[in-house]
Amino acid sequence: MYLTDSFRLKVGLAEMLKGGVIMDVTNAKQAVIAEQAGATSVMALERVPADIRKEGGVARMASITKIREIMEAVSIPVMAKVRIGHFTEARILEALKVDYIDESEVLTPADEAHHVSKRDFKVPFVCGARNLGEALRRIAEGAAMIRTKGEAGSGDVVEAVRHMRTIQRDMNQLTVRAVEELPTAAKELQAPLELVEYVAEKGKLPVPNFSAGGIATPADAALVMQLGAEAAFVGSGIFKSEDPERRARAIVKAVTYFDNPEQLLAASEELGEPMRGLETGKLDETELLQTRGW
Amino acid sequence: MKIGILSLQGDFKAHAWMLRRLGVDPVEVRQAKQLSSVAGLILPGGESTTMLNLIERENLHGPLIEFSTRFPVLGTCAGAILMAVEVRSPAQRSLRLIDMTIERNAYGRQIESSIRRVEPEDNFIQRTVAGPIEAAFIRAPKIRRIGEKVTVLAAYDDAPILVEQGHLMAATFHPELSNEQRIHTLFLNKIQQEP
Repeated sequence: MYLTDSFRLKVGLAEMLKGGVIMDVTNAKQAVIAEQAGATSVMALERVPADIRKEGGVARMASITKIREIMEAVSIPVMAKVRIGHFTEARILEALKVDYIDESEVLTPADEAHHVSKRDFKVPFVCGARNLGEALRRIAEGAAMIRTKGEAGSGDVVEAVRHMRTIQRDMNQLTVRAVEELPTAAKELQAPLELVEYVAEKGKLPVPNFSAGGIATPADAALVMQLGAEAAFVGSGIFKSEDPERRARAIVKAVTYFDNPEQLLAASEELGEPMRGLETGKLDETELLQTRGW
Repeated sequence: MKIGILSLQGDFKAHAWMLRRLGVDPVEVRQAKQLSSVAGLILPGGESTTMLNLIERENLHGPLIEFSTRFPVLGTCAGAILMAVEVRSPAQRSLRLIDMTIERNAYGRQIESSIRRVEPEDNFIQRTVAGPIEAAFIRAPKIRRIGEKVTVLAAYDDAPILVEQGHLMAATFHPELSNEQRIHTLFLNKIQQEP
């Protein structure tokens, strides 16, 4: 599957998004602001995660009118989210020709046991993961891009950091294991042996590895890049801040110059207030979004 | 010999991997001063709006144009868009290096992306090796017009996909994502031929 033209094209678009910022937007006006600030892509949503958290209720795929309005407003790729396991929402978004689908824990799951079988689709999928096993299970299902789950809508980067470090550590550990230990590693990771062998040999995922969930400042974005993320998703962090336009530009700059402190200093100046945020350590277990998906 | 890759955003690592395979040291270029150490420059694939944005904000516009008058430059996909004198759908600014008009996302959205095997023109084969080019078109642009000084090295579906103008080259596809070394080889040859 990994060498077919279809899968290579899906991964190919993810390659084009590397070193960039994918921004959550809820209308055409925000999409244009994001594009002009230098976003590589926008995620079309009904409500940003911080509002989903606050308002509650069932969070579903965004309205088609809204997604279409956003697709018409910008020339960069447009992504949209479906509920975990909701393959019909995914078919609808594919027919709409969105460029990427995020099977996302931010929305209310539609299936408590199964994710979408993503191989059968022509449109590429991105999925969240907290550890290597979860990442490889999603790739086995056909995901062409992995992102850390982090804790969406929190403005607290700690979970994205935890997930990125966990995935990197799990991968590093595989590279030093003996060949005959890999089947056992596959069993422990609950992931296909073929993918475990790939990671053991190369020390990286067979698809791009991005970061999401709680990134709110240029420094947060540069931090996840330093930890090995190849691009960053920023959700509530931009349009829940005081000056979204400036913050969007600053985060774009921070991702490009993530290892250059002078440039990061410049990106961090005169930003206005960030989103207020929630400390994830104080959230109740039932309030966490990252535990959705299996 | 060191070759620069504009590394503001996009698949610059894929180009670096290709250059290393060909025995050349890649240099990631994010600041104008880094251009002084390289003998050629690659403008990679990615999002042209993002790159253009950073080029202008980081004052790279002038230095890049100046570099292109003296050294070879290769652009792929978004890189080709940056090199065109005219960009359509929508119109956007560019570095205006190659006399051509390019239309963004001309094949459609991601679902219309494709990999094609394309027979190159004779003038490409004579300088490299025969055989089809594996062309990965990802939300690719189409070259709609070329000026007199522009030579077509490969075309697909009635539109040029690989062109050159003096020491400048542009591809609307992604050789860096394929097992296709000839385009980078041709580019390296141009660098070696420079006085």
